[in-house]
Amino acid sequence: MTQTFPVTEASAPVTSPTPHPPRGPRRRRFGPAVAIPATVVTVLAVAAIAPALLAPGDPLAMEPANAFAAPSLQHWFGTDESGRDVFTRVIHGSRDSLSIGLLATVIGVGLGLLLGAMAGWGSRAVDFGVNRVLEVLFAFPNLLLALLVITILGPGVVTTTLAVGLSTAPGYARMIRSQVRAVKQSGYVEASIVQGRSRWFIIRRHVLPNVAAPLFILATLGVGQAIVWASSLSFLGLGATPPAPEWGAMLSAGRGYMSIAWWITLFPGLFIVLSATATTVLGHSLQQKLKEMS
Amino acid sequence: MTTTLPARSPATATGPTQSGRPARNSGATTTARWALSRVVGAAFVLWSVATIAFFALRLVPGDPVDALLGGPGNNATEEVRQQTRELYGLDQPVLVQYAAFLAGLLRGDLGQSYQLRQPVAQVLGEQVGNTLLLAALALALAWALALGLALWSTRPGRTAAVVASVLEIVSAAVPHFWLGTILILVFSVNLQLLPATSGAPGVEGLILPVVTLAVPLAGFLGQSMRESMLTAMHSPFALSARARGEAETGVSLRHALRHAALPGINLSGWAFGSLISGAVVVETVFARPGLGRTLLEAVTVRDVPVVLGVVLLIAAVYVVVTLLSDLAERLADPRLRDA
Repeated sequence: MTQTFPVTEASAPVTSPTPHPPRGPRRRRFGPAVAIPATVVTVLAVAAIAPALLAPGDPLAMEPANAFAAPSLQHWFGTDESGRDVFTRVIHGSRDSLSIGLLATVIGVGLGLLLGAMAGWGSRAVDFGVNRVLEVLFAFPNLLLALLVITILGPGVVTTTLAVGLSTAPGYARMIRSQVRAVKQSGYVEASIVQGRSRWFIIRRHVLPNVAAPLFILATLGVGQAIVWASSLSFLGLGATPPAPEWGAMLSAGRGYMSIAWWITLFPGLFIVLSATATTVLGHSLQQKLKEMS
Repeated sequence: MTTTLPARSPATATGPTQSGRPARNSGATTTARWALSRVVGAAFVLWSVATIAFFALRLVPGDPVDALLGGPGNNATEEVRQQTRELYGLDQPVLVQYAAFLAGLLRGDLGQSYQLRQPVAQVLGEQVGNTLLLAALALALAWALALGLALWSTRPGRTAAVVASVLEIVSAAVPHFWLGTILILVFSVNLQLLPATSGAPGVEGLILPVVTLAVPLAGFLGQSMRESMLTAMHSPFALSARARGEAETGVSLRHALRHAALPGINLSGWAFGSLISGAVVVETVFARPGLGRTLLEAVTVRDVPVVLGVVLLIAAVYVVVTLLSDLAERLADPRLRDA
């Protein structure tokens, strides 16, 4: 979760000039690799913001007589042990699942930006200090840091969000640090310093724009992982708790009825995979675009 | 630590220019000095982890005496409470407790579990083998899957690359708990081929947990292995190998494979962390005894000494793995040695 490493290559300098022109026909501005995931993300965002548009029913409405109904035209994803409509619950669940993932990413990026900028722009001593802090944070792999935070603060949605955010921060910090370093040592920053520009001007004019794009992409890729980890914590019973329609919690509750009603576990999981895949593909495509532009 | 690539890339970028000139130091001394500084760094990290964990877990609300005496609802008299406090050294000042904790660590003593009434070291000793076996098998499988996919997808033609990339992204996005559940549904409930729980001895019980743990990791590893391999296949040395008349298979096996393995080695520390995190989930799904489940149970009942012990153990293994993977990377990539 923390080090979504595939992304970091965006910040790495292109090591060798490409001998061949890009394969295949000339690329369109935004191919299907952007359009499809962008559509999925938009639909999921609509589901999160206005779930009633897609599923007008009540996600908590029980209908015990109709429990364990298999998927049908009336109940697309079937019903669960209390006769609640799984489709309605999955759609309404996107609010919790997505907002936890998104908020956790915001926390991680914010903290990462702070640490990374300090290390990248600060003096050697600051850089050394922040690097040691990051090294120590990295020694609490992924879920471990999150579990430590939960042990201290107790389980719950807020804690889960904070925990996932904290555990992703070191990865962002490291990437931002190297990006800021690279910009700081570039010719145009040197020129700006010679021109007597203020430090703030340089940060605003040169550092931020250069860090923003890769950071945005890294965050896009990170959201998917944050969603997966947050739902994992809910699955373990440490995050959102039933009857809240959160995907991980739904799956955990449905597991007990797996042999008679597979749909209760299948669909929430599919939505986790769908949202994580969509954000990852989107991130990768944007990363590719950025590479082509530079 | 080189879990992320940017830290490594400057060295890689400057490597080729430097490797041309004769090395001033012999490679062995440089490597030895490098290894020494890394070991000191690792010791520092471990001490910090221990310190942070110790003080962080003191922030857990509630009196540890209550936890020791069977939860907040206990009817222990003040006398018993005082005895318990003295027995566990909880009446000492924090710094004395900290010193005792560090001294205990050096002796391999991790304290006493609140919940299980056993030394933490003993509890962990019983569980660590299960988890390491699971993680090692999953790592091997993930490597095999990722390398296989990378080798297969670098064939000429776009289809293979697209298929591989879709496979990698989707499997990296699959949560362990869902994959495990679906595998149980298909192979245990419907086909009745493999057991759903892996408490029983035997290989069959291991198959599903290992696959569950390996697939998402393979997706991650595959992405960077394939990228690295593609770069290698388009590099001048691959071209010259082809010019010497080497077959495409030979080029990919003899030259590019090494490059594909590099990010895999580089990411071993990261992979270990993700496997352990995954083990918490997988062991729960498959009702398999191990460190992950012990940790989860300890977190749920706030058994602080056990949480502390697992955290330290995992951090220690993580630091060692990272150290070894950096060393292995230097051995596999000569360019890093002079940097």
